[in-house]
Amino acid sequence: MAERTTRRGGKSFSVTRLPGFAPIAVVVFLVLYAPIATLVGYSFNASESVSQWGGFSLHWYGVALQNGEVTDAAITSMIVAGFAAVISTLVATMAALGTTRRGHVPGQTVIYAMINQPLMVPEIVTAVALLIFFAMVKQATGYTGLGYLILAHSAFCIPFAYLPIRARLEGMDLSLETAAADLYASPWQTFRRVTLPLLMPAIFAGAMLAFVISLDDVVITEFIKSPGQDTLPTFMMGQLRRSMKPDVNAISTLLLGVTLVMLSAFFLLSRKRD
Amino acid sequence: MSSNEDRARAANTRTAWALSTPALALLALAAIGPLLIVLVYSFLTPGAHGNVEWAFSLEGWTGIVATKDIFDDTWGLADANISIFWRSVKLSLLTTVITFAVGFPTAWFIATRPPKARAMWLFLITIPFWTNVLIRTFAINQVIRNEGILNAILLKFGLIDAPLQITYTNTAVLIGMVYVYLPLMVLPLFAVIDRFDMRLLEAGYDLYASRMQILRRVILPITKPGIIAGSILVFVPCLGAYVTPRILGGGKLMMIGNFIELQFGQGRNWPLGAALSMTLLVVVTIALLFYVRTLNGDRKDG
Repeated sequence: MAERTTRRGGKSFSVTRLPGFAPIAVVVFLVLYAPIATLVGYSFNASESVSQWGGFSLHWYGVALQNGEVTDAAITSMIVAGFAAVISTLVATMAALGTTRRGHVPGQTVIYAMINQPLMVPEIVTAVALLIFFAMVKQATGYTGLGYLILAHSAFCIPFAYLPIRARLEGMDLSLETAAADLYASPWQTFRRVTLPLLMPAIFAGAMLAFVISLDDVVITEFIKSPGQDTLPTFMMGQLRRSMKPDVNAISTLLLGVTLVMLSAFFLLSRKRD
Repeated sequence: MSSNEDRARAANTRTAWALSTPALALLALAAIGPLLIVLVYSFLTPGAHGNVEWAFSLEGWTGIVATKDIFDDTWGLADANISIFWRSVKLSLLTTVITFAVGFPTAWFIATRPPKARAMWLFLITIPFWTNVLIRTFAINQVIRNEGILNAILLKFGLIDAPLQITYTNTAVLIGMVYVYLPLMVLPLFAVIDRFDMRLLEAGYDLYASRMQILRRVILPITKPGIIAGSILVFVPCLGAYVTPRILGGGKLMMIGNFIELQFGQGRNWPLGAALSMTLLVVVTIALLFYVRTLNGDRKDG
């Protein structure tokens, strides 16, 4: 596209070029990445001051990792995100198998609308709704464990797990399954031996996204957590309210690293293999 | 024959619903159902120490715009609330306009790169999109705060004598929201520009259109569905934003999201919080329905 040029007034003229657009775009990318780069850079800063460079050091990582609150929050985050990813991916896979390649099914719009609901409702509204609902359940049952966080996260992760799996199913060639059926494979055998292996990369991709979404959640967790159930993001939010300590840079960088690894895995898994 | 087909179709429908049931049940329990409880709570009486008393009251709803004088029980306009709504709408609109102004050239730039480079630029815009909002807010805070990099640079070059107070102002919240929500504008814009037939530009230039005319008369009308999509995708989360105004506005400069939280915390007025949540939900739903309509219209047009 960029090479599409035309002759005008004797010299080469690119029709897709609009004056000022490229410089704006370059500045946008710089502005987008500079703050993140600064944050990562200062996480390795030996100095206590957030604005002075005191040499390279892993000091703040040590401070963060030796803080019991941080490790507890990290463990809570991993447990919640792990369960949420597994549960949401499991139910999303079933729903995707149910709603694709069947032609139009009565009520399909209702299913789609319900599955995508967490993407439509502002997080703060869901947070308030769950706060009220779980307060009732807590009073009735006395249970205050991590179950509430896992339940809430599993629900709002469903659309993120569902979308890549559905996309994969819609793009899948039906002829392999037809061939299996022609060779007298039962529907279950066809699913187990043909469909599932082909779908596996998308299932993992969906699980990665669900994990990242759960790991990043602040608002809903902040509202429904019981005392002592801080996740890494809610712990960081609490720190920011008090004072700015450089170890938050280190925690952010670690969290950023996990997200990047997961996203790269997602892109590799969901890439079409031709 | 046709009864067989009917039976097959019925079986198909049953399977579709049966397989979707676990997901739908989970969503009904932990996402959709609780919204109904919020609706009920908005019509109850606030409890003395938070939560509610089970007595019908409309004060949650009237409390959105009106306030009762504690001395003579007369109703007046709740100026503080209205200024919060106004700030939310104003900052959300400004964020939408600014993200469009810088997002359109960015999307155009990405879409007009050669295919390999395009994938790379697109990936670069996707990474911030998936990065934690808290981390990104935190990162921008490091740049604009008094002891931050921006002030350090400006001081060093003698452009200012004292650090600029940016954090805890509306400007800080605006900068933060533009920074956080920009990818939501660029991605749908990229999607329409990517499908845009560049031959139209040649046709336009052949007919002696100027660059400005090409932009205003050809590019903008054709990319309108993407512009609407991007605007709604930015406006909607801005309106319900919580983290960014909380950190950069410093608790004083609230937006609707923070105001709702306040009702469940120190404010101890759960019905008002519930009514505010419902109002936000209705506004957002209307915006999204508009979005779905433009998407469908786009599909019909080709």
